[in-house]
Amino acid sequence: MRAFISAVYLFLYAPIALVVLFSFNAGRNASEFTGFSTMWYGKALGNTFLVAALQNSLIIALTSATLAAIFGTMAALGMERLRPRSRAVLDGLFAAAIVVPGVVIGIATLVALVEVFSFMNPVLASVWPGENPPQLGLGYGSIIAAHGLFSMALVTMIVKARIASLGRDIVEASSDLYATPLTTFRLVVLPQILPSVLAGFLLSFTFSFDDFIIAFFVAGSKTTLPIYVFASIRRGVTPEINAVATLVLVASLMMILIARILMREKKPTN
Amino acid sequence: MISASTNDIEFRSVSKSYGAVTAVSDINLQVPKGAFVALLGPSGCGKTTCLRMIGGFEQPTTGEVLINGQPMNGVPAYRRPVNMVFQQYALFPHFDVEQNVSYGLRQARPRINAREISRRANEALEMVRLGGFGKRRIHEMSGGQQQRVALARALVNKPSVLLLDEPLAALDKKLRTAMQIELQTLQRELGITFVLVTHDQEEALSMSDLVCVMNAGRIVQLAAPRDVYDHPTDFFVADFVGKTNRIAATVEADGSTLRLADGSALSIPGRSALKPGSAILALRPEAISLHRQNGSASGKFSGIVTHRIFLGSSAEYSIAVEGLGDFLVTADRSDLADGELVEPNERVVLNFDPSAAHIFPA
Repeated sequence: MRAFISAVYLFLYAPIALVVLFSFNAGRNASEFTGFSTMWYGKALGNTFLVAALQNSLIIALTSATLAAIFGTMAALGMERLRPRSRAVLDGLFAAAIVVPGVVIGIATLVALVEVFSFMNPVLASVWPGENPPQLGLGYGSIIAAHGLFSMALVTMIVKARIASLGRDIVEASSDLYATPLTTFRLVVLPQILPSVLAGFLLSFTFSFDDFIIAFFVAGSKTTLPIYVFASIRRGVTPEINAVATLVLVASLMMILIARILMREKKPTN
Repeated sequence: MISASTNDIEFRSVSKSYGAVTAVSDINLQVPKGAFVALLGPSGCGKTTCLRMIGGFEQPTTGEVLINGQPMNGVPAYRRPVNMVFQQYALFPHFDVEQNVSYGLRQARPRINAREISRRANEALEMVRLGGFGKRRIHEMSGGQQQRVALARALVNKPSVLLLDEPLAALDKKLRTAMQIELQTLQRELGITFVLVTHDQEEALSMSDLVCVMNAGRIVQLAAPRDVYDHPTDFFVADFVGKTNRIAATVEADGSTLRLADGSALSIPGRSALKPGSAILALRPEAISLHRQNGSASGKFSGIVTHRIFLGSSAEYSIAVEGLGDFLVTADRSDLADGELVEPNERVVLNFDPSAAHIFPA
């Protein structure tokens, strides 16, 4: 049994360990370790295509995670006031959104966006006063929208769990002590749920930053880091790709670790 | 707002229902200024709903709640001149003790300056004997201390009414007794109206000067503690407030003779005529005296002691009486001729003054 478990873990983590190991390879060959070097990290960060893709990924991840954190929190707060039956329905829908496969979200978002664009572009052109009417198309906006929607469901679930453990009575106590609903939100609710909002933000960021499937469908001509890695792998795995993968791995692990710490339930006092 | 009203709180035919469930029905209640009122009843009797309607956390379905003579329908909790001490204290865990206490003052408009806020908060902490604890975190305080922080947090605002929702339920017995005395003293010193919700009849009787006994969403009796105990309006009150023996009986046609289940007759003198028919004879355990059956002792009933609960200076006996069921009798040790406790399985004689009994239609 122990050997079996060891084998499972080996199967899971050995490839990842190899990627990390070979990112420090001094040689070009991806199958033979010829010495320690950080040269490929320098190469990777000197690659303008790669840096541009990284920049795109960061912009998309930051924006979609921010939007998801704001709207997800609002959704979680709003759902508190729903009647139990409507809340159960919405709960189910949010949970479903999380388990829908990326391929489906990708295709669905792509089809929906293309439909909207083909309807909106002529309308825009007809009402635009100037010479060159803006053309809506795939790009930053479409990836941010697709990632943001998925992440919003994630944030909603996380923040809702925190609100549920918050208890109605400290909100009532604040109201009893003359605080308007807005002040209560600012002084009592927000400080209490902020860690979960931040955790949701970090998980959303990680999701968006790492996502290949959805982005691949709706990216248009934009290249995100995972898309760049996928494209360059066709030209063979170089230690440069290993270096990028290692960087992404470390960044993602850190974010998830911080999110886990933030989500940890505080032990009840007394 | 200066008001001529002599009542701090008034309920005018207030009902509250949740869907098909009626929590409170047709409550009329007037709480005079400076009173200490206890809303007493079993869980689900509507007492907490009443308190929450004063606080503004629930709105009545029909009827009106008035505070200082002002109708409060539709007025949110944060605009009501009352403060509440919550059952689980509901302290803000991310603020320290002083920030908790000063929370209400910080909401005041026009603003009160920071030094004044701090002075008043610390004054309130002194009042509940927590001077010097201002910088402590909430989770560093014991249950009893948190309770006092909650009290200071409410009282610092000088509300015209203080609402207390089972404030002592989470404390151990010794602390509870100490807090009961403390609350009573505070209430007298400050002259603020206190409305206390409790299911603990002892707490209600010992602290308040007006007890409002509730059952199934209605007020059953509103009177001074002593009157509630001595003159309960119905069997529910007699049974809920203090202990009571329930004896089934039938009132004879003459309106003054009771026929008990064992066939014996009991004449009840000096009382307006009772309505003939089935009735309940309610008898407090301490109204019954207990005698050993040796010698010439004679009494109304005789029975066998089945259980004894030793309480120190007194003891509670459960006594099986043939044809009438079990009786609960409290007897001081000094009441018994030899100052000794009666042992289980001993045969005893019970005596009582019929005028001490309460008779309710069944």
